[in-house]
Amino acid sequence: MANDGDTASSTPEAAPGPIPVMQQVLDSPFLLLFLGVTLPTVLYLIWGVMEIISVPLAD
Amino acid sequence: MAISPPPKRIWWNEPVHGVEIGWIAVTVLWGLFMFFFMIAWHFIGQQNLSTETYRVQPHAYQARVEAFAERFKVGEENGTPVVRPPAGEDVYILARLWEWWPILELKRGQSYRIHLSSVDWQHGFSLQPTNINISVHPGYEHVITLTPTETGQFGIICNEFCGIGHHRMTGRIRVTE
Amino acid sequence: MTAIDAGAIGVAGEAPARVAKYRTCRFTGLRIEAQAEALIKVNAVAAVVFLAIGGLFGLLVALTRWQAVHLLGAEWFYLVLTAHGANVLLFWIIFFEIAVLYFASAVLLGARLAAPRMAWLGFVLMVAGALMANYAVLEGNSSVMFTSYPPMMASPWFYLSLILFAVGALVGVAVFFGTLMVARQEKTYDGSIPLVTFGALTAAIIAVFTIASGAIILIPTLLWSLGFVSNIDSLMYKLVWWGMGHSSQQINVSAHVAIWYAIGAMVLGARPLSEKVSRMAFLMYILFLQLASAHHLLAEPGLSSQWKIVNTSYMMYLAVMGSMIHGLTVPGAIEAAQRRNGFTRGAFEWLRKAPWCNPAFSGMFLSLVMFGFIGGISGVVLGTEQLNVLMHNTLYVPGHFHGTVVAGTTLAFMAMTYLVVPLIFQRDILWPRMATWQPVLFGIGAGGISMFMMGAGTLGVARRHWDTTFTDAPHAFEHAPGAFLMLGLNGIFAVIAAIGGIMFVVNVVASILVGPKLGGAQTRPLTFPLHQQAAEAASTYGSHATVKLPGTIILVGLFFSAFVLYYFVNWKYLSELWLFR
Repeated sequence: MANDGDTASSTPEAAPGPIPVMQQVLDSPFLLLFLGVTLPTVLYLIWGVMEIISVPLAD
Repeated sequence: MAISPPPKRIWWNEPVHGVEIGWIAVTVLWGLFMFFFMIAWHFIGQQNLSTETYRVQPHAYQARVEAFAERFKVGEENGTPVVRPPAGEDVYILARLWEWWPILELKRGQSYRIHLSSVDWQHGFSLQPTNINISVHPGYEHVITLTPTETGQFGIICNEFCGIGHHRMTGRIRVTE
Repeated sequence: MTAIDAGAIGVAGEAPARVAKYRTCRFTGLRIEAQAEALIKVNAVAAVVFLAIGGLFGLLVALTRWQAVHLLGAEWFYLVLTAHGANVLLFWIIFFEIAVLYFASAVLLGARLAAPRMAWLGFVLMVAGALMANYAVLEGNSSVMFTSYPPMMASPWFYLSLILFAVGALVGVAVFFGTLMVARQEKTYDGSIPLVTFGALTAAIIAVFTIASGAIILIPTLLWSLGFVSNIDSLMYKLVWWGMGHSSQQINVSAHVAIWYAIGAMVLGARPLSEKVSRMAFLMYILFLQLASAHHLLAEPGLSSQWKIVNTSYMMYLAVMGSMIHGLTVPGAIEAAQRRNGFTRGAFEWLRKAPWCNPAFSGMFLSLVMFGFIGGISGVVLGTEQLNVLMHNTLYVPGHFHGTVVAGTTLAFMAMTYLVVPLIFQRDILWPRMATWQPVLFGIGAGGISMFMMGAGTLGVARRHWDTTFTDAPHAFEHAPGAFLMLGLNGIFAVIAAIGGIMFVVNVVASILVGPKLGGAQTRPLTFPLHQQAAEAASTYGSHATVKLPGTIILVGLFFSAFVLYYFVNWKYLSELWLFR
């Protein structure tokens, strides 16, 4: 907001050390995209399709 | 603020509010409880939907239902046969546009292997007013071991939209002592 | 933020990748690019148009279910119900979401929109798809419901229209990702993206999975309707289709949670209690929320209990944990901001003296409460493997998702619109008093619709069913009288919601067209002042372990009690059923 341009919310201070791994993960949109598409594809779609394919024939 | 980048370059090490930590603990524990309760119900509960399923040709299934109805038929109601299978017997229900076929007479406290399938579109087996709801697919034969616990006349309605006659699609199960 | 903007303008001035026109917002200091602004406008307008159409169809559905009115004939009922689903569940929501994605990327990051031509192409595809779908349905040969389960077949136009719409939406999502990259490369912001943008990113990621699932299943289905493919397996269709059908509603959840944070920030200057916790909660959405597509397959044959349990529980309820965390941090951030504003008396002065007359705030808070209490709790119960058999495909299901998508998402989007009109369209709201009452009215209506449909469903009434009295059925069946009472009340609350909806559409459209202009040198204050004390609240950084949040603790305690109670009540119902295994 225009009116919060005071001390606190000016440019973030320079990083005082290495950025934690988890923060790096959360800052990587394409890594997250990969995870967010792969996980449901494997657990929901592929696993589900395998189950349906393996339904046995009635005698 | 939530609409501007975090003021601290490294926000991961910021302290977390005590209330948040407490609430996270509650949600994790509750989540684990709900997860394991579903598994536990398979061992302690009496209501677990069977997953026994076979692939079947609709016309082959229809032939089996007709043979079953022929064998145990005891009467007729509005053109639909009334069938009284002995306890423990395999029982067949056929879903088609727009009826549940045939009408069944079951005994309270006895177990039946109920076979469910459709010969045309998808339908929704909805036993009322008991409120047991199961999806029915063409080409898949679903086998459920069912034990009625109350007597009386029960309706089967369709709760999967199946075209213009959907709301006329009914069937019946009678349970006697 | 002003400082960031100043720096960013400098960078853009030195080496613009493309000539992009910017203006600086007088209210927020945000730097807004012209193309992004235009695309936000057209997507928001399209969204409101389809909300109006779809909402009208919804009212007709509710008035038909109300047995005393029973407005439409059977054929029209099923046609209108199909149109209702497509227009509001897809078109209104996704158009608005694309606007949210552009807002959260280009506007909040002060960047230009990547590939505006592509964005326009996406928009045109979406409009073409939406119009074609309406044509296909209204023509009468595609009354197959939103789900269009085979072997029931719609006209090829129906499937084609959905594919076009989905491709258009996918283009929009790609533009969002591109804009994130542009902003990072051109250094229009420092450090990490804002939390709201992260929420939008969550929505965009889920959208990719959603649209991919839709493409996998709708393309073969289109070929089937054209006669090139002989058979579509009904179970396989249902599995993949719900990867789209349910995940698309998870886009909504992510988007409206992002909007809750955005409105908290814009109206009250609220900041997240801690960035870490809120972002981890979104991460749980990214990883696990889509698994809940299995909620629609719990009553199916052919899928094992293992698959059902893992998927329906979003991997041990980790995504539910995400929602419950947002349920604490959103009101918690608001309470913290209000307490710093000086509303410190008692547990709830912060809430009582919140800007309830501001429709952005009231809409957002009602959305938060109703999404949690109505949509959220019923969703988890409905998605429990065994409990599902009690409600699968009954009217309980639409009851649940009207609690999430109408009382939750739609209300949040409406609330956001009251900020979008002054900030993006630069028009004042024409009738502020009407705007003040609108979210309340719509919220009451939406809440009532959800509750009474859930009630009717609990009594066994089927969803998508024209005749609850079974007049022409060969074997008569009668529902409990309570069911008809529920359906009547549902009709009444649908009328209330419709009035709220009409007030929204009329007010927003009129404001956009003839509302007082806010642009230019003239410095008219907003009719809805962003909360006066917001400045002070925003001056110190959050994550203060020192701020006590008794009000929020009481609210979440209440929520949790309701949740546990309702969960066990349903297990008790289940244990009284016939035995089956």
